[in-house]
Amino acid sequence: MSDRVTVSKTYKLYLGGAFPRSESGRTYPVTDSRGKFLANAAQASRKDARDAVVAARSAFGKWSGATAYNRGQVLYRVAEVLEGRRDQFTAEVAAGEGVPTKRAQSLVDAAIDRWVWYAGWTDKIATVLGAANPVAGPYFSFSVPEPTGVVAVLAPQQSSLLGLVSVLAPVLAVGSTAVVVTSQERPLPAITLSEVLATSDVPGGVVNLLTGHTAELAPWLASHADVNALDLGGAPAELRTDLERSAAGTVKRVLRNPAAEPDWTNRPDISRLRAYVETKTVWHPMGV
Amino acid sequence: MTWEYAPAPESRAIANLKPSYRMFVDGQFVEGGGEPLKSINPATEEVLAEVSTASAADVDTAVKAARRAQDKLWGKMPGAERAKYIFRIARMIAERGRELAVLESLDNGKPIRESRDTDIPTASAHFFYHAGWADKLDHAGFGPDPRPLGVAGQVIPWNFPLLMAAWKIAPALACGNTVVLKPAETTPLTALVLAEIIQQAELPPGVVNILPGAGEVGAGLVNHPGVQKVAFTGSTEVGKLIQASLAGTGKKLTLELGGKAANIVFDDAPLDQAVEGIVNGIFFNQGHVCCAGSRLLVQESVAEELLAKLHKRVATLRVGDPLDKNTDVGAINSREQLTKIQELVASGEEEGAERWTSSCPLPDKGFFFAPTVFANVSQAMRIAREEIFGPVLSVLTFRTPDEAVAKANNTPYGLSAGVWTEKGSRILWMANRLRSGVVWANTFNRFDPAAPFGGYQESGFGREGGRTGLEAYLDV
Repeated sequence: MSDRVTVSKTYKLYLGGAFPRSESGRTYPVTDSRGKFLANAAQASRKDARDAVVAARSAFGKWSGATAYNRGQVLYRVAEVLEGRRDQFTAEVAAGEGVPTKRAQSLVDAAIDRWVWYAGWTDKIATVLGAANPVAGPYFSFSVPEPTGVVAVLAPQQSSLLGLVSVLAPVLAVGSTAVVVTSQERPLPAITLSEVLATSDVPGGVVNLLTGHTAELAPWLASHADVNALDLGGAPAELRTDLERSAAGTVKRVLRNPAAEPDWTNRPDISRLRAYVETKTVWHPMGV
Repeated sequence: MTWEYAPAPESRAIANLKPSYRMFVDGQFVEGGGEPLKSINPATEEVLAEVSTASAADVDTAVKAARRAQDKLWGKMPGAERAKYIFRIARMIAERGRELAVLESLDNGKPIRESRDTDIPTASAHFFYHAGWADKLDHAGFGPDPRPLGVAGQVIPWNFPLLMAAWKIAPALACGNTVVLKPAETTPLTALVLAEIIQQAELPPGVVNILPGAGEVGAGLVNHPGVQKVAFTGSTEVGKLIQASLAGTGKKLTLELGGKAANIVFDDAPLDQAVEGIVNGIFFNQGHVCCAGSRLLVQESVAEELLAKLHKRVATLRVGDPLDKNTDVGAINSREQLTKIQELVASGEEEGAERWTSSCPLPDKGFFFAPTVFANVSQAMRIAREEIFGPVLSVLTFRTPDEAVAKANNTPYGLSAGVWTEKGSRILWMANRLRSGVVWANTFNRFDPAAPFGGYQESGFGREGGRTGLEAYLDV
């Protein structure tokens, strides 16, 4: 046995492309499935959540304005970098979710493959959801899906990596930007994922990850006027109705998935891509 | 010399106006348990007819009838059969088009030219278009055999009474849902003639139910536990209340709410054509249009010239009898709405905008408001931020395309926008950056059942029309 003492990592937030501690200075202990201490995670505050929304809004113009091909390449790059850190993720998922290494490995593989799946959608979704509208008049009318804007994602509580990737990648694929509240008890794979995002050409601010107490952060995001959509996935059951009600204050799009987590290894459909786009219809007269 | 127009009134007898109208539940016209309302002609303030309204018990009866019809019949019926019923409705609306147009103008106050050429034909077209989808839903891109949601509770506004009913009912039926619809309190008549058409088209009882009444009937309907789908068109304020009240219920919701559209004119635009578009954008339907071009953004270098042309053109608009075929601007739909317009116009003057109002003659009776254009409007003024829903235009200026985009998008709404320029690349650049559900370039206020319509942000969510619009009525 080596007598070398390992250098352990300080897990921080991911905001606007940087890795700050919570402005509140708070942390909370994260343990493995058996209760053994793993790390202290930053416990994000209301101010952190608001900073995250500002960062996501600032990043929206550039990310939504990038070509779909470019977004596809960036998302594919995320998969490439993930692949290179497969072992690290496997260890973190195994520890956090209490699954055997082999199972953890297959979950990580599925997460990598999911990035690839969504990466390929960036430049196809407009073909599938858009249309040239055969209107009854001398006009050319076409409809295209456009990103909704800033999406607040309450990430799944159980599936710390595959679940997270499954809810985050579709937001990015359509060109929206995200503020994610990670799994409260299992936040470590999410933080490591932010290191992958930071080194994969995903512009700073496109994804912002908050660790902490979901029930504390979610209400601020649900009522925030600069958030356009809300994924209730990881919301505590007793808060879901309140969050949905407060989202109505600015007519947010709310993704009301069932309280029980689905089997994330199932093949996804395009419903999550549909959830984060707005259809824009453009008209122009035809004539000589 | 000036040529005067001779009056060219459409005969009101064509409307087949009846002294009283009853609600339509489970295939029958029945008295409602609510206090009857009197629908008035906003152009004369005379009572047109007495209309029965629904009580809470009536809402319950209607929802149960819709539920039965959905379970036993409509939901199971092959799409090809559903389609034929919906095609019948489309045809019968067209057959009774003249009657419906006159009735719509009487009840709503809109010029007969508009109800005749836009509202009624587009309503018929909406049924015709969606009828064809009923047996083709497998191909709509939502996977094989997409299922209906169940009973749709629908609440519609008074600005396009029959057309909004068509926008709501046609896709719901095509997708296999049944319907309980509440028309607006001030404009229930054409929806009840539509009920007659639905009866004559022999739709099974309960498939469509129409319940007139005020806000509490709508609230009772959308909150009824037997409703699986809610669709609302109306104000953002009420839309937010509905969204909040449905929290936690799992009901699928689509909202088509208010707007404060920017109509953007660049210096290279064909100005005469743009003037026509601006007039159409804000004075069509007295400005009672959620997607009205109520904020005119003009490039500074042509602002003076454009404004002069605009005044000259607006001064020619004829305000008056909605049934006169020469009328351009009809009656404001209600006293309440007229008061709201007057109040916002007063705020514009107080806040320092420069008011110009057409000196056109107004009728002595009825609710009318002369076309008004405010110049020197700043973004902070209420008339630049709030939906006026009347014939009032706010004019702002800009220098660069970036500034135009920033000002256009500076609103919590996001329903529509207009762009006027001869430069194709600029049109597409602008269309790309405007955060609104519809962008009209070198045109305005175009609607078609094949073209999805709906808003960004606080203008609501979900689309009506096109393949996209079907999603609102399918369990996908």
